[in-house]
Amino acid sequence: MVVKKLLSGIGVAEGIKFGKALLYNPVASQDIAIREFIDSEEVEKELAKLRVAKKEAFNELEKLIEKTKETLGENKADILRAQQNFLDDPAFYPEIEKKITNDKYSAENAVQKIVEQFAFIFDGMENEYLRERASDVRDLGRRLMAQLHGKKGMQLSDIKEEVILVADDLTPSDTVQLDKNYVLGFITKIGGKTSHTAIISKSLGIPAIVGVGKEIETIKNGDFLIIDGKSGTCIINPDDKTLAKYKQQIAKEEEENEILAKFTFKSAITIDGFQVEVAANIGTIKEAKVAVESGAEGVGLYRTEFLFMNEKEMPDEEKQYQAYKEVAKTFGEKPVIIRTLDIGGDKELSYLDLPKEMNPFLGYRAIRISLSQQELLVTQLRAILRASIYGKLKIMFPMVSSLEEFRQAKVIFQDVQKQLEQEGIDFDESIEVGIMVEIPSTAVLADQFAKEVDFFSIGTNDLVQYTLAVDRMNEKVAYLYDYFHPAVLNLINTVITAGHRNGKWVGMCGGMAGDSLAAPLLIGMGLDEWSMSSGHIKKIKYVISKLKLAECKELVKEILQLDTTEAVRQELEGFYKRNITL
Amino acid sequence: MTSRDVKIINETGFHARPAQLFVQKASQFQSAIKVKKEDGMEADAKSILGLMTLALVKGTTITIEADGVDEKEAVEELVKLIESKFGEE
Repeated sequence: MVVKKLLSGIGVAEGIKFGKALLYNPVASQDIAIREFIDSEEVEKELAKLRVAKKEAFNELEKLIEKTKETLGENKADILRAQQNFLDDPAFYPEIEKKITNDKYSAENAVQKIVEQFAFIFDGMENEYLRERASDVRDLGRRLMAQLHGKKGMQLSDIKEEVILVADDLTPSDTVQLDKNYVLGFITKIGGKTSHTAIISKSLGIPAIVGVGKEIETIKNGDFLIIDGKSGTCIINPDDKTLAKYKQQIAKEEEENEILAKFTFKSAITIDGFQVEVAANIGTIKEAKVAVESGAEGVGLYRTEFLFMNEKEMPDEEKQYQAYKEVAKTFGEKPVIIRTLDIGGDKELSYLDLPKEMNPFLGYRAIRISLSQQELLVTQLRAILRASIYGKLKIMFPMVSSLEEFRQAKVIFQDVQKQLEQEGIDFDESIEVGIMVEIPSTAVLADQFAKEVDFFSIGTNDLVQYTLAVDRMNEKVAYLYDYFHPAVLNLINTVITAGHRNGKWVGMCGGMAGDSLAAPLLIGMGLDEWSMSSGHIKKIKYVISKLKLAECKELVKEILQLDTTEAVRQELEGFYKRNITL
Repeated sequence: MTSRDVKIINETGFHARPAQLFVQKASQFQSAIKVKKEDGMEADAKSILGLMTLALVKGTTITIEADGVDEKEAVEELVKLIESKFGEE
């Protein structure tokens, strides 16, 4: 008899699923940016990983040597033999181990560092023979990396049966590989409500629980799991009674879904005729198509970084242009807001070689990178402008914290426009240029910004993190992370009011826009454009259809008087219950 | 500790094969053996990678320094190997 056990974490994508557990050990695949450092308790694990990789690389070389001897002769085989010898060289393998043990490097990082150390020395040598050794060392490095990357290890795209994925964490590139048909849901040890894993699970509509903590290790491969993405609970090997209860709940949700489905392609309009635009957040073409099918009236946030993250090198203008063009065409007349590269923070790019930072979310990221490495921004803006003739594109700069930054970006934008004009390339001259409001300084100065931007889009995920000084990735402080904090609501209201006062429209593209509970409040504040994960669209349209603008305005007045998050939630829950049935 | 200076006289210097022979020979001894160059750079005589980074070409003078139970034989044998031009020609 298997003992039933309950785990709890943070539910990030609603839905109940049950199925067989599959433990996924993220042996990062080639296109995943490697993790640089490990914790002390992981040293043994990392060393073991390295030992296996070494052995496998050795065996692989042995086979190659035999084959080479037969086909090309002893001399050529010697080159490979030398590589094999490097593996046992006292200046090589023990040095990699040292990096792991003493400096807490990940095995991958340690291999790369030592390999590059030698390759660098050889590269600089006058003697041609020795200079060529750089490529030997690098080749050996690649061999080891391939082993470490788990070339033979599990790949998410290899999953071909229905499972619930259990992992420490999933990288954004992991999650984009997920096949909804097989991965019913997932549960991870770390992560918070708005970690990128959470965001992607939402947009794919895969129920997920994150931030479960150490307890997750009690799950074994093949255990039967029920995961409830709403409450964040996971039951391991449930009894029949529990399973029956959940089955009943699934039936109820399906019934609700039928009602909601009717709202998919309806306009989002209140009883008293106030209409807003409900759009989707997307990152890929695949998500763009899902968004259209889910009733999105546009794209409020096109996260271009996924275009960059799944690559081994910087995608060039043509590649970007093709992607933007495809999305523009998919939406036709409907607006698509393209956010310029928002890299840094928890999103890394292997080929950009961004230094490790103590406080990445306060560091070198997003527009700060774009303004200092301007060629990145210029390339992207050119691609966007060229694609603009195929639909209705808008441009949005992320992480703007001062007007100077926006002005600088605007100058670059105008230069790019001039460039294209001179080259005789067509683009949409009326393209709107706005900013994401996600830093408190910008929210506070919204009135000044509103005079220069074409629109605002409030990014609640970072705005909450920066306003409340809560790391959104840290499960220990996750309870503090709440967009219903009165200070956050105050800032949101400030931004919307300032936008409207200056005749500019205001959107929202953070998690709050897709939260039904927040909808009455946002209607009352007059939010013009709501951008969310596709999965939320029909529900939000349904909720809006049950509201009256006049009542919601009253609600806003009351809410803005409240002093605690708890009080705000209570008030909103009361209002919701009185007005909305589902 | 025993040490001796020796000049590399074979045509190709510490090329693949010579370096390999040198490491093989060095590895037969228990002593810790270092190869030092005049510019202060040094490497483990039992590490082919380390030796290669020294860029030992014809004409370079190196110091072989051994420390351990068999240090005398080690230095002697290694010097002999270099002076024999690694059997080249």
